[in-house]
Amino acid sequence: MAESQQLWLIPALPLLGFLINSTVGRKMSKQFVSFIAIASVVASFLWVAKTLNALGALEQPHVEHYFTWIASGTFSVGFDFSIDRLTSIMLLVVTGIGSLIHIYATGYMAHEGGYYRFFAYLNLFMFFMLILVLAANFLLLFVGWEGVGLCSYLLIGFYFLEKFAGDAGKKAFIVNRVGDFGFSLAMFLVFINFGSLDFGTVFGKAATLQPEHSAGMITAICLLLLVGAAGKSAQIPLYVWLPDAMAGPTPVSALIHAATMVTAGVYMVCRSSSLFNNAPIAMETVAIVGTATAFFAATMGLAQNDIKKVFAYSTVSQLGYMFLGAGVGAYSAGIFHVVTHAFFKALLFLGAGSVIMACHHEQDMRWYGGLRKKIPVTFGTLCCAWVAIAGIPPFSGYHSKDAILLAAYEHARPLFWIGALTAAMTAFYVSRAMFLTFFGEYRGPNPHADHGHGGHDDHAHGDDHAAHGHADHAHKDHGHGHGHQEIKESPAVMTIPLVILALLSLGGGFFNIPDWLEPVLGSSHAEHDPTAVAVLYATFILGIGLAYVMYVLSPGLPDKLASTFKGLHTLIYNKYFVDEVYDVTIIHPITEGSRYFLWKGVDAGLIDGAVNGAGSVSRWIGGGLRQLQGGNIRSYATWVVAGAVFVVVAMSVWGGVR
Amino acid sequence: MMGVILFAIFATAAVACGINLVLQRHPVTSALSLIGVMGSLAVLYLLLGAEFIAAVQLIVYAGAIMVLFLFVIMLLNAGEERKIPGKSLVSKLIGLPVFVLFLGLVAYLIQTQYTHAGSPVEFDAFTGGGPREVGKALFTTYLLPFEVTSVLILIAILGAIVLARKEID
Amino acid sequence: MDFTLPPLPIAAIPMSAYLILSAILFGLGICGFLFRRNLITVFMSIELMLNAVNLSFVAFSHQMKQADGQIYSFFVMVVAAAEAAVGLAIILTVFKNRETLEVDEVDNLKL
Repeated sequence: MAESQQLWLIPALPLLGFLINSTVGRKMSKQFVSFIAIASVVASFLWVAKTLNALGALEQPHVEHYFTWIASGTFSVGFDFSIDRLTSIMLLVVTGIGSLIHIYATGYMAHEGGYYRFFAYLNLFMFFMLILVLAANFLLLFVGWEGVGLCSYLLIGFYFLEKFAGDAGKKAFIVNRVGDFGFSLAMFLVFINFGSLDFGTVFGKAATLQPEHSAGMITAICLLLLVGAAGKSAQIPLYVWLPDAMAGPTPVSALIHAATMVTAGVYMVCRSSSLFNNAPIAMETVAIVGTATAFFAATMGLAQNDIKKVFAYSTVSQLGYMFLGAGVGAYSAGIFHVVTHAFFKALLFLGAGSVIMACHHEQDMRWYGGLRKKIPVTFGTLCCAWVAIAGIPPFSGYHSKDAILLAAYEHARPLFWIGALTAAMTAFYVSRAMFLTFFGEYRGPNPHADHGHGGHDDHAHGDDHAAHGHADHAHKDHGHGHGHQEIKESPAVMTIPLVILALLSLGGGFFNIPDWLEPVLGSSHAEHDPTAVAVLYATFILGIGLAYVMYVLSPGLPDKLASTFKGLHTLIYNKYFVDEVYDVTIIHPITEGSRYFLWKGVDAGLIDGAVNGAGSVSRWIGGGLRQLQGGNIRSYATWVVAGAVFVVVAMSVWGGVR
Repeated sequence: MMGVILFAIFATAAVACGINLVLQRHPVTSALSLIGVMGSLAVLYLLLGAEFIAAVQLIVYAGAIMVLFLFVIMLLNAGEERKIPGKSLVSKLIGLPVFVLFLGLVAYLIQTQYTHAGSPVEFDAFTGGGPREVGKALFTTYLLPFEVTSVLILIAILGAIVLARKEID
Repeated sequence: MDFTLPPLPIAAIPMSAYLILSAILFGLGICGFLFRRNLITVFMSIELMLNAVNLSFVAFSHQMKQADGQIYSFFVMVVAAAEAAVGLAIILTVFKNRETLEVDEVDNLKL
């Protein structure tokens, strides 16, 4: 083994930042808090860079054992970190994007309350995410997995005074529990079958496994892992929390709910690729779930008016692509897409944050328009993200998405077609967002008129309450105060990260990640079938063109279409009523069952009854015995005498005097 | 011979005084009956050869302690008991049967199980109860308990003073 | 005048007579304790019981031909003296505070 690289420093630095900010941050200035937060993450990034430089080509995984965490019988879990090529990519993405978003957040959050709390949570998130990525066994990965879930919950509910933010946080937490349940069961099965949770041991055994042996068990493990991944990475049917998660501050949406945490599921599936390779049924399931998620999320994104919601559904959709890639065996393409998606989706969110800030926390795109001259830097950078996500060559999204779809073309032709259609929709909804935001006339409130947003707010946000448009800021700022301020560009501290991410979005496709990952995840090089490539070219042209026609050339067209296909539009606009269906089929029975059976029946009837019954029986007995203790000396004496007589009787019967 | 007659007289006297103690309503009468019991017992102690104890019985018990009792009765001006109905039902219901049962049982046990029950008590058969012998035993074998009792009495005196003194505000 | 007593039915008192006398006195003490309502009388009943026990001690001492039983009864007397001092002081205090010597009326620890 190579010499120690002090891997523990990578997560420890953000942890230190968290400890400092959470303990003394409240009393310190914002500059101090920002410095600690940024410095800890940047230092972590630099340490990652130094480590990777020192480790070089990473032909073999570099493992560092710190201590044995749990040892019980044959069960032993070490506190081990490992770096292989997959980890190196994730580390760079997490710490790199993390650093940029931390810098951006100092600008975005500058006027928000709870500044220190925000950065403490953000640093804690970095800590757990790095644990997750560095973990050398399933259990440690699970620690990070749960930790990022906690931070996600805390940050979604950052504006905890707003009910929808708290509700969204709880929703994310609870939905993730379903996934974690699957993950836990998968871990148990892994331990039963392989006798260890260590990645090296498990995957070493899995690679040499004969497919006919224990294929059912491996399939079960993989399907359970998929359940866990679906929870964390917002796949059908557990995707519902992610759109609501937009209730958190925008940098959080960018960092946690677009770039890093939600890709943990993909990372975990790819990490377990040697298991999945032995379970073709599970692979197919992954691919189908991914495709379905990509498709449906994209359709939902078509009709959203909240700019962050559009990007949230886009994220779900893109995560679906990553699962599709993993499902058809193109793990490295999936990870490639994780990386490029991290670039352009973080950029999209941060840019959206910049727009939202410029428009004084208005998130409804129908009140944007013509912003390209007012916030040129944001516009320019968002254009880069646009071309990247739309899949225009040679920008980053094209490379990764096409790698996935070409692999799908080879392995599962129907999935390819759905994926291509989804790609067209992706191009369409992003273009729609761009056109609505930056082109045309400004449709927001007249800067000089004194009417608030209140009048049209109800109309605009009437549909979704959970993660509703004003997620980023308290309602009270609406309707007064900001109405007459000028729309102006964000400060440099926000635009510089945007520019860096824009460059990465444009050029990220040229990082040859699939080749770098080939020793770990196997080749995913697919033949560039001319038909497939042509279809993919057609998709983004179609998508962007259609959006251009509908939102720039003839702005009345969308409404006409909406009224023509009224049923379909209602269905999509309301996100297929999935939340409502879950509400009726799962949540309602649970709450009602809890209320009427568990609470009124079991708790109030059985448990309280038992407790109260014990109480009243004691009271009753005590009431009887109380007569003995009436304070009357003569009755005491009587009992004493009776006792003495009893002793004498006992003596005469059993013992007797000598 | 003498012993039998004296026992008969004083045992009867003791029982009669005891019954009187229980039956009388006025505490002074009860106290005087108790003195009678104690005096009778002192004679019985003499019959049993316990000269020292008989003397102590008269001086300490029938003398000092009973004077204390009478003193308190006079001090508190305690009169006859009043009848309070409804209280101490337990003692009224169980008390007498328990008393009879107790006596019968003890008598039965003594008669049937005590091996020396029938052995005669002769006057002069035991002369180890004089002050010399008792004093010797007290200051040799029982020296420690004897000294401890002095501490006990000291504490009792202190306790009595603390309890009975006037509150000084 | 030569006067001789007629022969008594028994020549000597048996041990059991003393013990049963002791038991009778003890039982009378119990009865006094149970049936008398005056605190002082109740206290005197206790003294009666102590005396009854003393009688047994002395009788056993005679039976054993040892002085130890008498020593015990001596200690009982000492304890009885101490008890009488404290007990009467308590009765005084009770009377001072409650203006009564009725046992049945003294059934609360706290006024």
